[in-house]
Amino acid sequence: MEKRATFSNLWLAAAFIAPQMLLIFVFFYWPSGEALYWAVTLEPPFGGSNQWVGLQNFMTVFEDPKYWNSVRVSLTFAFSATVLSLAIAALLALFVDRRLPGHQVYKFTFFLPYALAAPAVGLAFRFIFSPDAGFVSAINHAFPGLWNPALNGYDAFILIVLAQSWKMVGYNFIFFLAALQSIPRTISEAGAMDGASVLQRMRDIQLPLITPTLFFLIVINITDSFVDSFGIVDITTSGGPARATELMVYKIYTDGFQGKDYSLAAAQSIVLMVLVIALTFIQFRFVERRVHYR
Amino acid sequence: MKRLILLATTAVVLASGANAAERTKFEFWYGLTGDLGEVVAKHCQLFNQSQDKYEAVCTGQGGYDKAEQNTIAAYRSKQHPTVVQIYDAGTVNFMLSGAIYPATKFANDYKLDIDWKAYFPGIANYYATSAGEMWSFPYNSSTAVFYWNKEAFAKIGKTEAPKTWAEFGEDLKAMKAAGVPCGFAFDFDSWMDLEQFSATNSIPLATLDNGYGGLGAELAFNKTAFVDHMKDFKSWLDAGYAKIQTKQMGKDVVQAFADGTCAATITSIANHGTVHNTQAKDLKWDVAMMPVLDAAKRTNSMVGGASLWVMEGKSKEEYEAAAAFLKYVTAPDTGEKYIAENTGYIPVTTKGYELLKADGFYKDPKRVNRDIAIASLTASDVTPLSRGIRLGNFTSIRAELRSELEAAFTGQKDMQAAIDTVVERGNQILRRYEQTYKGVALP
Repeated sequence: MEKRATFSNLWLAAAFIAPQMLLIFVFFYWPSGEALYWAVTLEPPFGGSNQWVGLQNFMTVFEDPKYWNSVRVSLTFAFSATVLSLAIAALLALFVDRRLPGHQVYKFTFFLPYALAAPAVGLAFRFIFSPDAGFVSAINHAFPGLWNPALNGYDAFILIVLAQSWKMVGYNFIFFLAALQSIPRTISEAGAMDGASVLQRMRDIQLPLITPTLFFLIVINITDSFVDSFGIVDITTSGGPARATELMVYKIYTDGFQGKDYSLAAAQSIVLMVLVIALTFIQFRFVERRVHYR
Repeated sequence: MKRLILLATTAVVLASGANAAERTKFEFWYGLTGDLGEVVAKHCQLFNQSQDKYEAVCTGQGGYDKAEQNTIAAYRSKQHPTVVQIYDAGTVNFMLSGAIYPATKFANDYKLDIDWKAYFPGIANYYATSAGEMWSFPYNSSTAVFYWNKEAFAKIGKTEAPKTWAEFGEDLKAMKAAGVPCGFAFDFDSWMDLEQFSATNSIPLATLDNGYGGLGAELAFNKTAFVDHMKDFKSWLDAGYAKIQTKQMGKDVVQAFADGTCAATITSIANHGTVHNTQAKDLKWDVAMMPVLDAAKRTNSMVGGASLWVMEGKSKEEYEAAAAFLKYVTAPDTGEKYIAENTGYIPVTTKGYELLKADGFYKDPKRVNRDIAIASLTASDVTPLSRGIRLGNFTSIRAELRSELEAAFTGQKDMQAAIDTVVERGNQILRRYEQTYKGVALP
């Protein structure tokens, strides 16, 4: 006899789903639909007379070399920040998991950065890394002109990657730690009995066993660096110098909210949404195959 | 839960109903933040204390651009304020919005009795339609002036600020030779570099009188003296005479001037108070009119700052309350004098200016020469080129200019090529704007 809890009453089932569906509709489908509508019309800031322009907004977006620049910057940013923050978080988690003295304190403090809002992180990093007045200005005294994110695009890019990774490290750390702690001690101990060193055990036993978590974090980190990096860029570099840190999401903000060109911003939002969906799809389709769930 | 919400709503409705019986309320949104935002909030309080019929409910929106964004969003959901403070660059959006109650008409309908002729022409023209009707009330106004360090200039034997850009170039060279590490701090702000430069020299920024003639205007500043002006800046930077100072560097131009790092800068007169309050001890400095290309042909500089707009679609009672408020905050004594005393902004009418002068306002050692801004705004009759800028989505054009100047000043691009790019991309922005408002005539 099959044991499965089913609802014989469809209306009851629908009623249970309804609140969730309503939330998704109000906060996702409705705005997305509205954005799509704006993307195929020309929308004056104060509303009123939209005109249908078909794909003109998308053509404007795709014909703009500066737009492709922002796509390139966004992809590089997502990749660098994700790799950096996952690597650091994994390292921290592996060592905290070894229950070295004070690991409880580390567990708590490493998570703290994630509790900060992106603009706060941006403000802190702008101050620390400002070439004239920050802590890092000492470097410029020793080697004049070495570090200047206000004028050097590479420096600015490094700055936002550092800020984004730093913000995400805490979040990644907690997930890695939880995953590591769910690995039965006996497996590691058996490895130790067979003569595997600490580093060997980390590489050959612990890391392979947390790949499902790693995969989950890659998806979250990439998505976050696409959609939530706005605050950091706005405060530290404002997309400059010379568009070196103009992420797609920041370009949407400047075109839409500062420039009040809602249609152009809506078209870009649709493109960004498709891109994030596509990236997530690729990850599930191709990367997940290599992940072994226990 | 539902019952709670219902109760809460009833309570709010009752409460507002009870207050409405005493005072007519209306909403006022403003964009200024920080100290300046507090000055505006205080202005509201003073108005509310000055009478007992009306109450201004004033809300800071956390920035000029946010004030505009929020007002647009609120208007679209019919939750907009009655009066809103909008910055200079938002003027054209509001003129075309169809969402406003033009100031001249409002003043007429609600008997505001405003002497429109008393506004300084440079200010009046900026906020006026092409037919010369003012559609908003100038509130906090400023213009760009030249800040100079007297001691640094004394080292090269000068007791006066340079009158022309050529003279300033010579001064910078001499100061470098005299051991001044930084003669001039500048940034990539289009307001000082492009807009005020073009206005004071009567150089066109765009065709059709900088856009006042219609939405078909095209940018023209890649073919004017502006290009050479920027090349001069670049050569001063390369020669070590000048420095770029932005907030990303850790110090903006105002801070770099106030702490004595750089001997001169160009920024808003509104920073006059800030420099006094934050300056290095014993820094001796003064303000002067911006240098021009030809001292004999100086034209007026442009006004910056923000004005107050009345929004449409409110009740007669709210408009009466708003009228009383506008009367209070634009009057020479309770309005202009209050703003000038508490900020670096300048009076906007001849009456306000006379009142301040009679009070000995500019005799105060902290405010000496602050009225150079008025001299600069009234340096000539307003010409079609010094009148202002009326270009759609000008915020984006400013951002384009910033990006390209950053590329040119860091050597990634030739100056002419960079400015050509701005003009080309800016024109695409203008054409999109024109298309968005197809069939709408610029008032």
